[in-house]
Amino acid sequence: MDFSFTQEQEELRREARGFLGANPEAPLSALRELGWLGVSVPEERGGGGLSFIEEAILFEEAGRALYAGPFLTTAVVLPALDELDERSWSVELDGLVPYLADVDCVLTEGMEVVEASGEPLPTMDETRPLGRLDQSGETFSVAVSPGFEPVRLRLLAALAVEAVGVAQKALDLAVEYVSQREQFGRKIGSYQAVAHPLADTYVETELARSAAYWAAWCVAEEDERAPVAVASAKSFAAEAAVAACERSIQAHGGIGFTWEHVLHRYYKRAQWLDAFGGHASRHRETVAASLLD
Amino acid sequence: MDLRDTQQEAAFRAELRAWVERTLTDEMRNGRFEDAGREWSRKLHEAGYAGLTWPKEYGGTAAPYSYQAIFLEEMARAQAPPHLGVIGLGMAGPTIMAHGTEEQKARHLEKILSTEEIWCQGFSEPGAGSDLSAVRTSARENGDSFVVNGQKVWSSFAHIADWCILVTRSDPQSERHAGLTYMVVDMRAPGVEVRPLRQITGEAEFNEIFFNDVEVPKENVLGEVGGGWQVAMTTLLHERGTLGFALTAGLESQLGKLIELAKERGANAVQRDAIAREWIGLQALRYTNYRSLTALMKTGIPGPEGSGAKLYWSEANQRVTKIALELLGPESQLMGPDAPYGGYWQHQQLRSRGNTIEAGTSEILRNIIAERVLGLPRSR
Repeated sequence: MDFSFTQEQEELRREARGFLGANPEAPLSALRELGWLGVSVPEERGGGGLSFIEEAILFEEAGRALYAGPFLTTAVVLPALDELDERSWSVELDGLVPYLADVDCVLTEGMEVVEASGEPLPTMDETRPLGRLDQSGETFSVAVSPGFEPVRLRLLAALAVEAVGVAQKALDLAVEYVSQREQFGRKIGSYQAVAHPLADTYVETELARSAAYWAAWCVAEEDERAPVAVASAKSFAAEAAVAACERSIQAHGGIGFTWEHVLHRYYKRAQWLDAFGGHASRHRETVAASLLD
Repeated sequence: MDLRDTQQEAAFRAELRAWVERTLTDEMRNGRFEDAGREWSRKLHEAGYAGLTWPKEYGGTAAPYSYQAIFLEEMARAQAPPHLGVIGLGMAGPTIMAHGTEEQKARHLEKILSTEEIWCQGFSEPGAGSDLSAVRTSARENGDSFVVNGQKVWSSFAHIADWCILVTRSDPQSERHAGLTYMVVDMRAPGVEVRPLRQITGEAEFNEIFFNDVEVPKENVLGEVGGGWQVAMTTLLHERGTLGFALTAGLESQLGKLIELAKERGANAVQRDAIAREWIGLQALRYTNYRSLTALMKTGIPGPEGSGAKLYWSEANQRVTKIALELLGPESQLMGPDAPYGGYWQHQQLRSRGNTIEAGTSEILRNIIAERVLGLPRSR
């Protein structure tokens, strides 16, 4: 049993944190140049020949940086293509398509590949727009296999690790703020009423991280527990991220409630992550069925 | 990253599981706490499963920590009785190894491993709970010995223990962390009196210990006279070492029973959601332990992520036992022979209220995380 990252994986994380932190709005092509698209696709199909674990590290760092491009959706579709291509991708789930206006193609749950045309809709999280496909859009004949399930598993695992990045950032912001802000002549982080909710966020974030990496490992290894693992991780991590942001906003006081402060963007991303692909309770029903039925 | 057992780990697990199946009888599983525990502890020692992580020079196996984790998982899986020597093996033994003289090591370690002698812990007092530095039990120097007077509380096993690890105040003028002395005390010495402490469940799992002019030879002092605080910290560090695995294993066993109960009695949508939530949390806890254990095996220091394990476990166990009572419905209020499953869940639910108090209250644990892990300004 070894639950740790290799030196190369830690190096990839440092690189990703540096680049995405400095360039959260970089175009997808910049990430492609860095070799971050198709990381888990075998080399003979033109990919990076690494595993979903490396991809998970990138998703987590993209979440931490609130990266604005269609990286996640493209990355989870690419391994399904018989041949890697340079197009950007999204998926349609529950009738909604993330980044509809920013991508070339959309993979539907029925494994149809359609042109990304349709109606972009205003969304709470402005960095991750949703849209509805135009029924008359062109269908492409791109070879994809084997079915949608592996794509769905990658997507849910990716959302879970991204949520971990969001939760950690919300906690970091709160710790930094309460260590500096003074009221009644003391740093507010010294008040237990302020500190203890952040301790809870720490515990939940670490648990979410463990669950998310477990899910990513199950996906990477095509482990038979992957469907239950991703349902578990997605529900736990998304709720942890939402709670982390809510506690962070509270710890920040008034400033945390303003448009000017970055926190609301993390909060909206966390809620997006919980909602897309189904809220936590939907995934808990999957888990309950596996345990009780 | 590989979350499977290594070949050696898998072999150890298989061998252990087969041994448990051969050795653990239903009488031992359901027998009276003390008798069943003594027999089981003796068998564990004979088979070499006591003191797995102890160094070879002290009679241990010097196995990697992952073996201890596997051991705890398998014990929970088999619903084995508790090892009666947990305080000796997990707390007194490692403290003696770290601070004891050669004579003390030779006198005690072997008998701890074999559970020939059972240990209890004399730390908490009526006026010193979370704040151990408020200890008032006095140790007055008198020639070659100390004369001990005072009261300790919440001591598990004290009613059957042979020895006690005791924190005393040896310098009456001292305050807080200074002037404390750590000693091992023979529980049969004149002046030691143990009274059972009946708790919320009705049973007496803990005890009060009264020391009335108890003479303790100076050679029983562990570490320096006046240096008891550092020695006590070693004990507490070991209390929290692989504790996460023991707790998680216990929760897994508990949750397994809850799932059986839900299948038997049926669960509505809200209860199904609650059960799934707890199962998911258990997986998250398990893999957090694995991350912490990997750090421990690679660096010798457990990772900080494990610091929340006890906090999360205690609250999870309270929720799980509450769900069980809800599944039992109004019958959950029956006790005694008419109660479903012999009153198991009623007992467990009441007992779980102690989980957020014993071995570090949740408030203290949140302080530790806030100050030592997150680096927030101190609250005092």
